[in-house]
Amino acid sequence: MFYRENGQFKTSYVSDTQIFPILQDRWFVAALLAVAFVAIPLLGSDYLLRALLIPFLILSLAALGLNVLVGYCGQISLGTGAFMAVGAYAAFNLMVRISGLPLLVALVLAGLIAAVIGMVFGLPSLRIRGLYLAVATLAAQFFADWVFSHVPWLTNGSSSGSVTAPNLQVFGLAIDTPVRKYLFCLAILCVLALAVKNLVRGRKGREWMATRDMDVAASVIGISPVRAKLSAFAVSSFITGIAGALWAFVHLGSWEPAAFNIDVSLKLLFMIIIGGLGSVMGSFFGAAFIVLLPIFLNQLPGLLGIPASTSLISHLEFMTFGVLIVVFLIAEPHGLAALWNTAKNKLRLWPFPH
Amino acid sequence: MGFLIETVIAGLMSGVLYALIALGFVLIFKASGVFNFAQGAMVLFAALAMARLQEHMPWPLAFALAFLIMVMLAWLIERLVLRHLVNQHGVTLLMATLGIAYFLEGLGQMVWGDDIYPINLGLPKQPTLVLDKVIPGGVLISNEDLIAAISAAALVALLTLFFQKSGIGRALRAVADDHQAAQSIGIPLSRMWVIVWAIAGLVALVTGMIWGSKLGVQFSLSLIALKGLPVVILGGLTSVPGAIVGGLIVGLGEKLAEVYLGPALGGGIESWFAYLLALVVLLIRPQGLFGERIIDRV
Repeated sequence: MFYRENGQFKTSYVSDTQIFPILQDRWFVAALLAVAFVAIPLLGSDYLLRALLIPFLILSLAALGLNVLVGYCGQISLGTGAFMAVGAYAAFNLMVRISGLPLLVALVLAGLIAAVIGMVFGLPSLRIRGLYLAVATLAAQFFADWVFSHVPWLTNGSSSGSVTAPNLQVFGLAIDTPVRKYLFCLAILCVLALAVKNLVRGRKGREWMATRDMDVAASVIGISPVRAKLSAFAVSSFITGIAGALWAFVHLGSWEPAAFNIDVSLKLLFMIIIGGLGSVMGSFFGAAFIVLLPIFLNQLPGLLGIPASTSLISHLEFMTFGVLIVVFLIAEPHGLAALWNTAKNKLRLWPFPH
Repeated sequence: MGFLIETVIAGLMSGVLYALIALGFVLIFKASGVFNFAQGAMVLFAALAMARLQEHMPWPLAFALAFLIMVMLAWLIERLVLRHLVNQHGVTLLMATLGIAYFLEGLGQMVWGDDIYPINLGLPKQPTLVLDKVIPGGVLISNEDLIAAISAAALVALLTLFFQKSGIGRALRAVADDHQAAQSIGIPLSRMWVIVWAIAGLVALVTGMIWGSKLGVQFSLSLIALKGLPVVILGGLTSVPGAIVGGLIVGLGEKLAEVYLGPALGGGIESWFAYLLALVVLLIRPQGLFGERIIDRV
C-alpha cells in the first residue's frame, strides 16, 4: 500500500480539520499506540523500561511544555528546570501534607502551582524579550535552586532539600513495577500531548504563533500580547511542572534540588532545537535523541573495540551535543521534525516522482 | 570597621573578575550582535590550556601559546559557525553559542584533562597589613589580589587605547556602530569578527589566569562565568564602562548581601543575588546603567 492521499476525499468540515488527514497516518499512529500500550509492556525488559522508555516519556513531556513556550510563542526560557522543580516539590508537599490526596489530583494541582509561578516569572516578558528574557528566566533557575535547598518548610524539614516520594497509587492500584510506571507516564503523556496538539491547532496556538512571528503585527490584528505570552508561560509551566513531578516521583524516587539544575534546562532546550522548534512531533524526536545519544556513546567504544574511560565519554557527549546544536541551527533550523516532514513528502511521490 | 573594609575589598576583587567576564560579553555583542553564552567556556578552556602548558614551560611562554590557541579558536568559530548564521535572530545566535560552550567544555577537558590544576605565576601569597594606624586591628589585603586587580585594570586600559587609537580599533568601532555602513566603506566584516573573538579570547585568558591562580582551574570556572550575564544586563549590553562598573557593583553587592543579609535568609544568597539585581534593573531601566537606549517595542 503506497503512502498516498489519492481517493481520500474530504466531504465534511470535520474530516478536513482532523489531526491526521491522511488515512495511512492514522493507521500508523494507531499501530504506534498499540505497540506502546500493548506490545512494549508485554515484551519490554525492566532495563528497557526503566533506563530508556520512562525517562524518554517524561522528558518528552517536559520538552513538549518548553516547546509551547519557545517554539510556539517565541519566548526563550533557560529556566525550565526551575518549573520542573516547582512541580516536583509542589506535588511532594501536597502528598505529604494532605493525607489521602489522590496522586492524579496532586499532579494536576502541582501543575497549576507551577503555572502560577511560571506566569510570575513570565511577567518580565511583557517588557523585555530575547536575550534579556533569557537572563530573567535564568534568574528563576538560580532562585529555585536556592529556595528548595534553603527553605526547610518546602522540603518538610529535611536538610539539603533531599526528599523521597511517597507511595504512588492510582485508583487503588500501586504504581510500583516498571511496567506500571511506564503505562502511567505514557497515559499522562498521551493526554497532554493531545491537548497541546489541539491547543496549537486552535485559536490560542494561532495567537502564540502570531506573537512569535511579529508581536507588533499581532497586537494590530487584535491579539493581546499580555494574554498570549502569559498563557504560553502558564501552559508551558503547567506541563513542565507535571513532567517535573513525574520525573521526581516515578523516575528518581528520591531527589534533591540539584536534580533540576541548569543542566536540565539546557538539555531540554537542546531537545527542542534538535527535535524541532514549534512542532509537537519534534519534542518526541528531540527527547528520544538526547536520551539515546549518551547510551549510544557509552556502547560505541565497546562496539569498536577501543578502550575509553567514562570521563572521556562524558566529554565526548558534551562535544557531540555542542556540534549537533550548531549543525542543526545552521543546516536544519526546524530540526528532526522537518526532516520527518521532508521524508513524508518524498514518500507521497515515491516511486513515481512526476 | 576593619571587617567591613575587608568585605568591601573582597567584594571588589570578585567584582573585577565579573567585570572581566562581562567585558568579553560586551566586546562580542558590540561587534557582532552575538550574545556570547560561551564566554564562560572560553575562560575555562583558556585557563586549562594555560595551566597545562605552564607545567612544561615558564608562564609568559605558556601565556603566549594559550593566546595563540585562543586566536585559532576565534578563527574557527567565525569560519565554521558565525559565517553561516549571519543575519539570524539574536536568539538563534545565542543558542549557537550555547552549542559552542558545550563543545568547548567537552574539548577543553578532553584535551587538557579534567582535574583541578594550579596556575602559578610566582605572585607573593602573604597578605599585607595596611591602615593599622587608623583602624584598630588594621586591614589585611592579599598581595595577589592587588596585583590581579592592577593587571585587570591594565588590560582594560590597553583595550581602551587599542579601540580608540589604532586603525583596527577604529574599524571595530565602526562595525559595532553599523554593520552595513562599515561593510560599504570596505571594512571586512568577517576579519573583524575574528579579531574581536580573539580579543574576547584574550580577556577570557586573563580572567582564567587570575581566577586560576587564586582558586585553581576546574570545571566550575565555566559556571561562575554565568555571573557575567547579570553584570552585562546591569551595566548595559553595549557599554564597556558599564561592564566594569556593573561587575564591581555585583561583586560588592553580593559580598555585602551575603555577609549582612545572608544569616537572616539562611545563607548562600550569592547564587542568585546578582540575578535579582539584574531583574530589578531590567524592569526599571531595560537598557542598563550605561547602555544605549534601544527602542524596541514589546
